[in-house]
Amino acid sequence: MAHTENEILAGLAEIVNEETGVATEDVQLEKSFTDDLDIDSISMMTIVVNAEEKFDVRIPDEEVKNLATVGDAVTFITGAQN
Amino acid sequence: MSAPRSRVAVTGLGTVNPLGADVASTWKAALAGTSAARTLDNDWKESYGLSVDFACQIVPGALDSLSRPESRKLDPSGQYAMVAAREAWADAGSPDVDPTRLGVVVGSGIGGLWTTLDQWDVVRERGARRVNPFTVPMLMANSSSAHISMELDARAGAHTPVSACASGAEAVAYGLTMIRENRADVVVVGGTEASIHPMTLAAFANIRALSSRVDDPEHASRPYDADRDGFVLGEGAGILVLESEEHAAARGARVYAHVAGRGMASDAHHISAPSAEGQSRAMREAIADADLEAKDVVHVNSHGTSTPLGDIGELNAVSEALGGVTDQIVVTSTKSMTGHLLGGAGALESVFATLAAHHRTAPPTINIENLDPEVPMAIAQNAPAELPSGDIAVLNNAFGFGGHDIAVVLTSA
Repeated sequence: MAHTENEILAGLAEIVNEETGVATEDVQLEKSFTDDLDIDSISMMTIVVNAEEKFDVRIPDEEVKNLATVGDAVTFITGAQN
Repeated sequence: MSAPRSRVAVTGLGTVNPLGADVASTWKAALAGTSAARTLDNDWKESYGLSVDFACQIVPGALDSLSRPESRKLDPSGQYAMVAAREAWADAGSPDVDPTRLGVVVGSGIGGLWTTLDQWDVVRERGARRVNPFTVPMLMANSSSAHISMELDARAGAHTPVSACASGAEAVAYGLTMIRENRADVVVVGGTEASIHPMTLAAFANIRALSSRVDDPEHASRPYDADRDGFVLGEGAGILVLESEEHAAARGARVYAHVAGRGMASDAHHISAPSAEGQSRAMREAIADADLEAKDVVHVNSHGTSTPLGDIGELNAVSEALGGVTDQIVVTSTKSMTGHLLGGAGALESVFATLAAHHRTAPPTINIENLDPEVPMAIAQNAPAELPSGDIAVLNNAFGFGGHDIAVVLTSA
């Protein structure tokens, strides 16, 4: 069963909070992982690995560099589910 | 001509260990003669057939001050070191120091054992893609010294001695060297270990190093008792803030004691069996390095792991190093209470030795029912022992598999 975009955003916010301590309410669609949320590359990979498991999708390494904002990730995961 | 030797001040202490989650509660429990050994509350014995199912685990709640992201990026050994380092730094008054004059030396016998083994389980059970991207920075033995250097903005150098059960004491010795060589004004030193794991218990049990007193774990660690039968595995970290005398004096720091000398030797003898020759050489060198004589040493915090051969061998090495001048000495092994912290041991015991010099009290060696008749000098048997007034010196020994012998001399402030 596919997750809605809102569910994916909420799920991503939980993962980001667990891994980095950033408050869930700060994880918003327009936020940049690096510039706004101050997430380094290893933390980003941890988020990717956890998101793959949580949403049962595959996020290829070459795709990760295109996920600049939280919204980019939500859009990619939404599409990857279908 | 060599440069004149100098001593350094101990201005801060911190620890997480089986007796306490800070220095104050640890010292109190030690003076009360508390045993931290317990039967493990898990299924390891049933699941894996472990013959030894007891150990000294850190006290509950010891890591509560860490945030969740911190816990997730640090192996347990790094978590112990970080909590202890924060306590030591605050205890020293969070000194204002030029970052390029602040160093870190934190050793470990093994490093991130749990991370290594857990992530190997992940590879086998869930596949390569699921391996935690933080695995390498978590498992590396220098993880603790690196994280502490970032925490404190310490830029004079972050080092990680690895010499098995001598690692923590080697870190103290290296911190002294860094200040003497004028590489730093302040150095945060210590050791950490988190290796209470079924694999480790099995491996130590299979070389008959562990006590097998499974029916009575609280009394299993009994250095110098005639019926000792091996060590009890412990875990935790000890951290000390070392500071040049000038730097400590300039800021009016409280000084617990001084690190006055260190001796280091290697046995070149056997990968696991100790050698009294190397041990006594390290002790002699430490006393000479401190510009002291045998008669100045009033207390020895011994390596004393509770093994049948090791304990007496060490005391004979003490006699040899001091040329038989031992009537003024009282020996203790705090491992009777804490268990053996491996790479954390020499550091926690340097904390105990510092407190002994500061409070002029030797903590007890507990669980001595029948003192081994071969013990050649006084032991703080089952009760703390008062140390003399005036200038006193305390010797802290730590020896590691591989024949690493470290002795550190602490003197009263």
